[in-house]
Amino acid sequence: MSYFSSSIGRKQIVGICGLGLSLFVLTHMLGNLLVFLGPQAYNEYGHALTSNKLIYIAEAGLLAILIGHVIYTVLLTIRNKNARPKKYAVTPAGEKKTNFAAKTMIYQGVVILVFIIHHLLTFKFGEEYEVQYGEVIMRDLYRLMVEVFSQPIYVVWYVIAVIILWTHLGHGFSSSFKSLGFNHPKYVKKIDTAGCIYAAVVCLGFIAQPLYMFMNN
Amino acid sequence: MAGAGGKNLNLKLKVWKQKGPNDSGHFLNYDANGISTDMSFLEMLDVMNEDLISNGQEPIEFDHDCREGICGTCSLVINGEPHGPDKGTTTCQLHMRRFKDGDTIAIEPFRAKAFPVIRDLIVDRSAFDRIIEAGGYISTNTGNAVDANAMPIGKAEADEAFNSAACIGCGACVAACKNASASLFTSAKLSHLAAIPQGQAERISRANSMVAQMDSEAFGACTNTGACEAACPKEISIENIAVMNREFAISSLKSRK
Ligand code: FES
Repeated sequence: MSYFSSSIGRKQIVGICGLGLSLFVLTHMLGNLLVFLGPQAYNEYGHALTSNKLIYIAEAGLLAILIGHVIYTVLLTIRNKNARPKKYAVTPAGEKKTNFAAKTMIYQGVVILVFIIHHLLTFKFGEEYEVQYGEVIMRDLYRLMVEVFSQPIYVVWYVIAVIILWTHLGHGFSSSFKSLGFNHPKYVKKIDTAGCIYAAVVCLGFIAQPLYMFMNN
Repeated sequence: MAGAGGKNLNLKLKVWKQKGPNDSGHFLNYDANGISTDMSFLEMLDVMNEDLISNGQEPIEFDHDCREGICGTCSLVINGEPHGPDKGTTTCQLHMRRFKDGDTIAIEPFRAKAFPVIRDLIVDRSAFDRIIEAGGYISTNTGNAVDANAMPIGKAEADEAFNSAACIGCGACVAACKNASASLFTSAKLSHLAAIPQGQAERISRANSMVAQMDSEAFGACTNTGACEAACPKEISIENIAVMNREFAISSLKSRK
């Protein structure tokens, strides 16, 4: 049987891509912390990133990972939905009930995907303001951020989307390791804890940024 | 009908009735009055069926065999929970004292495309047999039984293999999983044989063929929700699924098929 058409192979691809994306959101959050140092630091960071030719390779890789994560998830979800054509009338409420975050990964994923598209349209492909520091003219992303996050509705949507990302990462991080075969009494608790800490750090780091912008401007 | 020291319950049952695999099925309500708290869940259904039959009505069809929690034949999803509310317990070992007077109990079959309903609460679990036939065994020359201690196996390995081998193949894992995945069952067998020397010879091909069979049976994939482990009457650990994932990845790399 082909690895790529097997349920386990597909799960593992979703997991590997998911871990790749997790690494990306962590670096994205860390880099963006520069907003707290003011417009110049933030804009120069953005400029350094986008003026490097390697950015195209990185972006293409990131897009491929995202597409892999989504496509294989969709294929697995179709399989999973078909596996139980008739639903139960009662959902378990006692000790045998399932963790809500784990059960709703696919729906969280849909919201996150919508958020990513909206986020790219707002920022990456959004208004191109310019600013000059010394000799160099660069994009004034900071100004765009101030503008966007002065609208309460955008801040609320951002915070909600990041909280959903939090639940997604909270289950996804440790679940990816399990799909790849890492689950052993010796270290499984450590992976679970690392996943919780990681998800909290990433998401709190993200949430702090629009809130800071909203309150300071 | 009260047993020694027990009391009687009056219950409302909401039972799934289905004539066959192609019937769409529906719930039927029954009153179960004077049920002793000392009865097991299946005895309660026996009493119901005696009444139904003596009144000329259709009995409720359900699966059972050993009634001592070791064969894996009993099933049922009771109030949404496979084998009912108690952890580590099969339906045949569930007692009516777990319920309260006046309770409504919904009883459904294990629901999965790979487990078609034969009638009412009885489902066809032969997909599990086909997964075992695909590789859940060891090939050995017949002859005199080998001396029990001829092949030394460490205590830790033996215990690990035994924990996985405790699976009774009831299918509660499939019933509990939101994806109707057979991962816990398949992985328990794979881990059992991967842990002991007898399982080594066919280890590579076993992972590949059992997973291929599992996939061809319309079961879903695992999403690590842990519902299977919680529902398993033998408390088989979800750790087995990670072992299967490892075995399968290695087998995909090594197998020439
Ligand atoms: S009837 Fe054998 S385990 Fe329940």
